[in-house]
Amino acid sequence: MNPRAFQIHSSDSVAVLLDDAQPGPVSLLGSPVASLLSINQAIRLGHKMAVRPHAVGEAVIKYGVRIGHATEPIAVGDWIHLHNCASDLDERSNTLEVTTGAPTDTIYE
Amino acid sequence: MNNERSSTHPTWQGWLRPDGRKGIRNLVLVIYTVECARFVAHAIGQGEEDVHVIGFPGCYDNAYAIRLMLALARHPNVGAVLSVGLGCEYTQPGRIAEVVRASGRPAESFFIQEAGGTSSSIAKGKELVAALRGKIRADAVLVPMSLADLTIGCECGGSDGTSGLAGNPVVGRLFDRLVDAGGTAIFEEIVEMIGLKPLLLERAASVESRSALASAYDKAEAYCHAVRQFSASPGNFAGGLTTIEEKSMGAFCKSGSQPIQGVIKVAQQPPHSGLWLMDSVPDAHFMQFGYTNPNDSEGIMDLISGGAQIVLFVTGRGSVIGSPVAPLIKITGNAQTYQRMSEDMDFDASPVLTDGESLDYAADRLLDLIRSVASGQASKPEALGHREYFLMYKHQDTPGLMEGCRA
Repeated sequence: MNPRAFQIHSSDSVAVLLDDAQPGPVSLLGSPVASLLSINQAIRLGHKMAVRPHAVGEAVIKYGVRIGHATEPIAVGDWIHLHNCASDLDERSNTLEVTTGAPTDTIYE
Repeated sequence: MNNERSSTHPTWQGWLRPDGRKGIRNLVLVIYTVECARFVAHAIGQGEEDVHVIGFPGCYDNAYAIRLMLALARHPNVGAVLSVGLGCEYTQPGRIAEVVRASGRPAESFFIQEAGGTSSSIAKGKELVAALRGKIRADAVLVPMSLADLTIGCECGGSDGTSGLAGNPVVGRLFDRLVDAGGTAIFEEIVEMIGLKPLLLERAASVESRSALASAYDKAEAYCHAVRQFSASPGNFAGGLTTIEEKSMGAFCKSGSQPIQGVIKVAQQPPHSGLWLMDSVPDAHFMQFGYTNPNDSEGIMDLISGGAQIVLFVTGRGSVIGSPVAPLIKITGNAQTYQRMSEDMDFDASPVLTDGESLDYAADRLLDLIRSVASGQASKPEALGHREYFLMYKHQDTPGLMEGCRA
């Protein structure tokens, strides 16, 4: 069985992985743009894959609303996270370490 | 058959309090009034299943913290109070006991320095607790309760990509049901509605509510900018959430779809039934905002201060906290978390995502669990003995600078 992802709203540009997934085909549930898409890198459960391409600055859409914007070109099947997507409001989050979310701007000495 | 659905038994027995509210537990609450009295207060509660402990660590008093403790002391699940101080601090245990007695509940208080020290204070406290317990058991007025008598709070913490897909939407549907049944639902974490002002205002039940929601939202956004910290933690990002707007949409789902009646602050009771937003964000103050919701336990205690007899805690990544005063029910929409941490998790919302379970069916399952816990079954954190709390200095409804840091 393919790993699964869930697209909440038909206008969304992302879907959320329901299983840990390796590069390759993923079955889309919910209101998907397609029933099957291929992901380009490993993506963990709870993380997002792009279901549409994004140019730099383009809105990232989830729940049918804008949740931020692309900071790099993003292809269909790419992992979307702190390395290529930023909040319109929160300045700190993109300084966090991309896998663990740990802060990189706090001094321990 | 024991496995028939509890929805065929829509009422259960609860404790009638003098103010007309009904409790699902009959607890003795021990309250300490400074960190120096914490050890003794917890030792008094040690090994006493129906004795819960809360307290405030500061020596200097704070109006917000006193309102919060008094709201918890007069909570419907609390039958009696013992307030314990060291003897040096500003917050007065005797004044707490007076207010509790005025609410029609028995209450006692003492200072450790006058009782003689650690062992004698623990012995005195245990005697007082035994007497208070005897009194509230003897004087108990048991009455039938239904969903209309319940106030339920919801908090989310340790959120991940599943929280907004399963855990929070199931709670949202449950809140819709509770409000339809005449009950009261409270959600908070307005710092997790950042980016969603138009969606929030659309849900206002009235012009007054819309204006209160707008003010609370604007304050929360100003707060986040001022302190340069939005309400998202490393674990949220590790779990797949990328922006505060994304987390906000997931968090907002737990409010369901009913109109929002208005905004209450910490320690305020909703004026009538329906869905309410609790604003726990500090007001701007000469000491600056301070912190809002520094951890999950702080927010959960805020919800309980609003009269919630049960709090639902949605945690995609998993958590091992509980709460004093009101049972915590832990919900996850992450199947891996549920399997890994089933000893702590009460409810698995993941079938909504992976097995095609409808939100209505999942809300029914959750309602059955809520009725069981309201009827006396211990939730998992309750059975494990988790009683975490966090009461802090904060400034809300600050009357003026002359009041200083105590306001």
